[in-house]
Amino acid sequence: MKNGSRLLKPGSYFMRGNNACVEGALIAGCRFFGGYPITPSNEISAMMARRLPQVGGYFIQFEDEIASIVSIIGAANAGVKSMTATSGPGFSLMQEAIGLAFMIETPIVIVNVQRGGPSTGLPTQVGQGDFMQTHFGSHGDYETVVYLPNSPQEMFDMTIKAFNTAWRYRVPVVVLSDQMVGHMIEKVIVPEYDEIEIVDRIKPEVPPEKYLPFDSNYLVPPMAVAGEGYRVHLTGLAHDERGYPTTDHGNMMKLLNRLLGKIRKNERKIAEWEEYMTDDADLVVVAFGITSRSALKAVKDARDQGYKVGLYRLKTAWPFPYWRIRELADEGKEFLVVEINMGQAVRVVREYVPFERVHHLPWAPGKCPPPEVILDKIKEVLGR
Amino acid sequence: MSSEVVIRPSIDEIKSLMRVERLPHIWCPSCGIGIVAKAYVEAVLRSGKPVDKHVLVSGIGCSSRMPGYIKLDGYHVIHGRAIPFAVGMKTVKPELEVTVFAGDGDLITIGGNHFIHAIRRNDDVNVIMINNYTYGMTGGQYGGTTPPGSRTLTSPYGHIEGSFNMPLFVASLGAPFVARWTALHYRQIVDTILEMFKVDGFAFLEVVTPCIIYTDMNRMDAVSFMKMFRDRVVIDHNADLRDVALSVDPDSKIVVGKFVSRESESFQTKYRRLMEKVMGDGSG
Ligand SMILES: Cc1ncc(C[n+]2csc(CCOP(=O)(O)OP(=O)(O)O)c2C)c(N)n1
Repeated sequence: MKNGSRLLKPGSYFMRGNNACVEGALIAGCRFFGGYPITPSNEISAMMARRLPQVGGYFIQFEDEIASIVSIIGAANAGVKSMTATSGPGFSLMQEAIGLAFMIETPIVIVNVQRGGPSTGLPTQVGQGDFMQTHFGSHGDYETVVYLPNSPQEMFDMTIKAFNTAWRYRVPVVVLSDQMVGHMIEKVIVPEYDEIEIVDRIKPEVPPEKYLPFDSNYLVPPMAVAGEGYRVHLTGLAHDERGYPTTDHGNMMKLLNRLLGKIRKNERKIAEWEEYMTDDADLVVVAFGITSRSALKAVKDARDQGYKVGLYRLKTAWPFPYWRIRELADEGKEFLVVEINMGQAVRVVREYVPFERVHHLPWAPGKCPPPEVILDKIKEVLGR
Repeated sequence: MSSEVVIRPSIDEIKSLMRVERLPHIWCPSCGIGIVAKAYVEAVLRSGKPVDKHVLVSGIGCSSRMPGYIKLDGYHVIHGRAIPFAVGMKTVKPELEVTVFAGDGDLITIGGNHFIHAIRRNDDVNVIMINNYTYGMTGGQYGGTTPPGSRTLTSPYGHIEGSFNMPLFVASLGAPFVARWTALHYRQIVDTILEMFKVDGFAFLEVVTPCIIYTDMNRMDAVSFMKMFRDRVVIDHNADLRDVALSVDPDSKIVVGKFVSRESESFQTKYRRLMEKVMGDGSG
């Protein structure tokens, strides 16, 4: 059977979120997975172990999450689209290597199916407490792109998008899911393949003697991979355009500005969100992932009862689509942030909205706040 | 060793694979790391494999700076994690000849878990470990190979922990190829690396070259350093590996040789066979 002929065919399926993520990854071109078992992401590695050899890809269950993420950085530097999946404790172990991927501009995809934390926390129950960690978990200044699926369909779509963003900008990209979205079974539509955008590696067009792996004439330099004759030197140390270590201050500022600029200069192209009835709203509920589904129900119920409430659903955590939040804030609206943690996205919203107009529902018991709880909070905030 | 005439690469050929523009290097005068770097380059040139298919991966430390001076695809990653990087790369691109170059601390102290599991899986990578008895880069702390009794920055009253006897350790884990030489043994190192390139599986070479700054070899000049090796080395390919532990005693012997070399099939070879079967018969 020919390579690729066993990808999931276009059509309509009834599928688990984690499985949809695997099928999306394979269609995006993922051919290497390195992982380590952890609930609630296990369906992803189990499916990858079964599916990858069927499509000519490679699967290794490693000794830990550090090896898992480092192995995919290695495989990506051999030119192969690669991915890992984990949950909180494993994501913590991956932090140092996320910085490496950022520094040596290696496209990788990390799926974090969140559970309740801190520490071992609530292994089988939902959490959204890794929101900040996806941006600030590794040391130093870096940028990642973080997608926030809220359905099995989006586990499929956003995993493909994560690969595209990773390879377009040569950055590590995170799909930040949660236990409920990962385990939920729902309809998933696989479009015709020619309707699915797939971004591949930008290859160098110059011969090896002319190639600079970190050429600052580009925002995203073309990527040579091992064995092509470009003889690159890649290091996590501060490096010049040749990839050689240097402690030159001017060089470091130039490097940082370019690396961060890949995302910062494109934030409006990359960031995504969705709004429901925000135009005339007095109060905007901000939510993401599984929480956004409960929040939508609460907002609809509130509307039925005459409250002017809308929903602002984050589809990317980072870049954070702050410009739209500012516009809504300028209209004098109040904000209520609902998330399964004790206060993370709310801190970001407070950066763009006057402090007293930002309300929060601290909630991290290991389950999603039901619509009634959110509705009560909406009523409390609106004081009616 | 074979009796055929060996044509060694000229110094210009060696230089053609060096990033001469990066000189001077960071290694101290008399340090043994450079000898191994040159030996590796000679082996690459004599390997018969296209030079561009050779890849070097390293972690962090003095020894790990090696890829930075060699004009091949080289990846200087994070401390202790060279092996998983190399494994990812080799797995997806079998035509690469992937060599990990590491310090002892990097490889088997912080990176110990990856090391033992790569041997268990029998990953098809070559691993060259510089055993300088210490953490050189950070100023001479003790690590997993520091011989008991050593005085180091972090064991100022004498090291009271045990240390790994690497050949015994690696052989006991089932690695198909295990050798040890010292910085004195340039030619043997070249020959050994050439053999390692042919192994389908985990091939391990320990090069003993105590740090001349942070061990009791304190600021030994290169000639005395080589004389010290000549006085202490015993070549014994059939040594009982239980007896080859390194000691802090300046009169102790350093047993070297090609200790293990046996038939092997790597994880990567087995995986590709499995993949072809799954793709071919539609099972799974
Ligand atoms: C995670 C992490 N911890 C600590 C360090 C600091 N560090 C840099 S090199 C090194 C030890 C190197 O020792 P070894 O691997 O034996 O190599 P050598 O310098 O002796 O060649 C350490 C601890 C680091 N870079 N990263």
